[in-house]
Amino acid sequence: MARKLMKGNEAIAAAAVNAGCRYFFGYPITPQNEIMEYLMKELPKVGGSCTQAESEVAAINMVYGAAGAGARVMTSSSSPGISLMQEGISYIAGAELPCVVVDIMRAGPGLGGVQPSQADYFQATKGGGHGDYRLVVLAPSTLQEAVDLTELAFDIADRYRNPVMVLADGMIGQLMEPVEINAHTPAEDLKPKDWATTGTAASGGRKRIINSLYLHPDELELHIRALYEKYAQVERSEVRYELQACEDADIVIVAYGTTARIAKSAIEKCRRMGLRMGLLRPVTLYPYPFEAFEKVMERAKAFLVVEMSMGQMIEDVKIAVAGRRPISFFGRTGGIVPTAEEIAKHAQAALERGAP
Amino acid sequence: MVSIPESTAAPAKERSSLAEVIFDEDMCKGCELCITVCPTMVLKLDTSRVNARGYNPAIVYNLMLCSGCGACAKICPDSVITVRR
Amino acid sequence: MKVVYRKSPGLTDVPMHYCPGCAHGIIHKLVAESLVELDVLGRTIAVAPVGCAVFCYEYFNCDAQEAAHGRAPAVATGIKRVHPDSIVFTYQGDGDLASIGMAEIVHAAMRGENITVIFVNNATYGMTGGQMAPTTLVGQQTTTSPLGRSLVGQGAPLRVSEMLATIEAASYVARVAVSTVARLAVAKRAIKKALKMQVDNKGFSLVEVLSTCPINWGMPPVQAMRWVEQTMIPVFPLGVFKDIDGGT
Repeated sequence: MARKLMKGNEAIAAAAVNAGCRYFFGYPITPQNEIMEYLMKELPKVGGSCTQAESEVAAINMVYGAAGAGARVMTSSSSPGISLMQEGISYIAGAELPCVVVDIMRAGPGLGGVQPSQADYFQATKGGGHGDYRLVVLAPSTLQEAVDLTELAFDIADRYRNPVMVLADGMIGQLMEPVEINAHTPAEDLKPKDWATTGTAASGGRKRIINSLYLHPDELELHIRALYEKYAQVERSEVRYELQACEDADIVIVAYGTTARIAKSAIEKCRRMGLRMGLLRPVTLYPYPFEAFEKVMERAKAFLVVEMSMGQMIEDVKIAVAGRRPISFFGRTGGIVPTAEEIAKHAQAALERGAP
Repeated sequence: MVSIPESTAAPAKERSSLAEVIFDEDMCKGCELCITVCPTMVLKLDTSRVNARGYNPAIVYNLMLCSGCGACAKICPDSVITVRR
Repeated sequence: MKVVYRKSPGLTDVPMHYCPGCAHGIIHKLVAESLVELDVLGRTIAVAPVGCAVFCYEYFNCDAQEAAHGRAPAVATGIKRVHPDSIVFTYQGDGDLASIGMAEIVHAAMRGENITVIFVNNATYGMTGGQMAPTTLVGQQTTTSPLGRSLVGQGAPLRVSEMLATIEAASYVARVAVSTVARLAVAKRAIKKALKMQVDNKGFSLVEVLSTCPINWGMPPVQAMRWVEQTMIPVFPLGVFKDIDGGT
């Protein structure tokens, strides 16, 4: 496919279709409605279906049903709607079902605002549903990366039988950029879905049950431990991150998504001012790229975490740095998107504070 | 006095010239629904003993009057009863 | 000798955990028998509720998915999109369907989803110990209406079948009981008819079955069946409220 100018939401939707997603269930919420609107038109053309549900609660449960029936299925929403989906996501993880959940973050809490935000990091990576489970979280920074990570999300979901989130923000959702969506090569290691409910006649007799209820605690503990063996494998195999200009960086910005993209402009500004700034950009937020910090630790004098929130990822940065270097924070929230100038200014201040 | 028997292997089987009624006794919960729907009143709860689940099982005590209508079997929530005619 | 009645092959051998005399066992039989008689058991996928019937996937001899509380019609919708030729039924109690799941059932009916819903109405929340349900009668004592359900503040019972029958895309909505052998036969016909509607792709079907809860009603099973006859049926009249085949 040649490069095509697309809106982020549409590019994500097109990537899903390209990856073999044939079922979508969702509910309208700003700023991601183009995803469902695109799929409403396109999925029937490839023999799939798109259903507008009565709420996000219903939508995620429709996803559960379709995933349990063996299909590649996706939903999308934005922060308040993702809150509504948390029970369903917990059930999907507990029942070991694959699915993709796209979160185009907007400002919260509550009804909040419709402008971009990154204030759902905790919700995505540290919960947000009940129980012992983890959600694999992929955070694109550009529209092309949103395309690539959406396709990857389906493979990871199927590989581990777990929900996977593509965590973007309203900026990525609404921006228009040229993207390339190439022919999708299916991952070779994916096993057939011989656990899916198809009717006993189609599966050769033995009945299949999709379930997350284990009333006997010893059974449930075994089940959870098995889930965490999967997560251990995820942590070994699926970490993704980007390092830019860190080889000689005195101050390393830690940022993801749109903020990281703006930070890249700040690197140029800083370097022109003689400030040696680098960027450590997590691409997977779970599994968090702790190993990336080891690569920059020796050279870096300080870290500056930049988020469109009051500081959520910074807690994982503190774990990664383990007290070895000073960590500063710069955040804008409520829907405000920081500028490269602001980031550069704060980087300079952070370095002055932290330099020995 | 209630005696607690060992788990019976074979279900209780009663046969008359008209009907055959088989109770999978250890599945019975003694709810008495079968007793109340029987039109000829041939069923009762055997209060002299309990089954393997601890309930007084329902039994046929007057098979000669059984018409083989199957009402007992139909209403039984636990599919305890098989009726042939 | 011919078989007059034997246990349906649509049920497994797992002993049912329901209380003695609970009508769940009876209703399970009617559904299982209907699926076998319609010869669709091999392509049936059940959706289990949260409630006493949470383990119903152990008792039906078909594939099943356990749904979150109230969400069974949504789960069923997802399954049906992927396997449109499967027979999908939900089995839900009064809390699951008429309280937390009210949006899901109304919208599944609104969309005319080609599924079958078995709605078990026993005017209480059984599994959690007997709290008030949307279908609890005025004056009926439950753990959350200890002085009897008060019309002021707690309202009057919802008549789900009548409500859903007003939905244009609903194809078959009926209310039955299993409190006598005669009513049992009518109930079986309704359940089989509802499933046949799905087999024939005729759209959304629901059968509300008045049921008992001997333990939480505080009465023995035989008396509980009488309570359905004498006290529930006057509030929840039996009948067919919608039938696109003209059978009301």
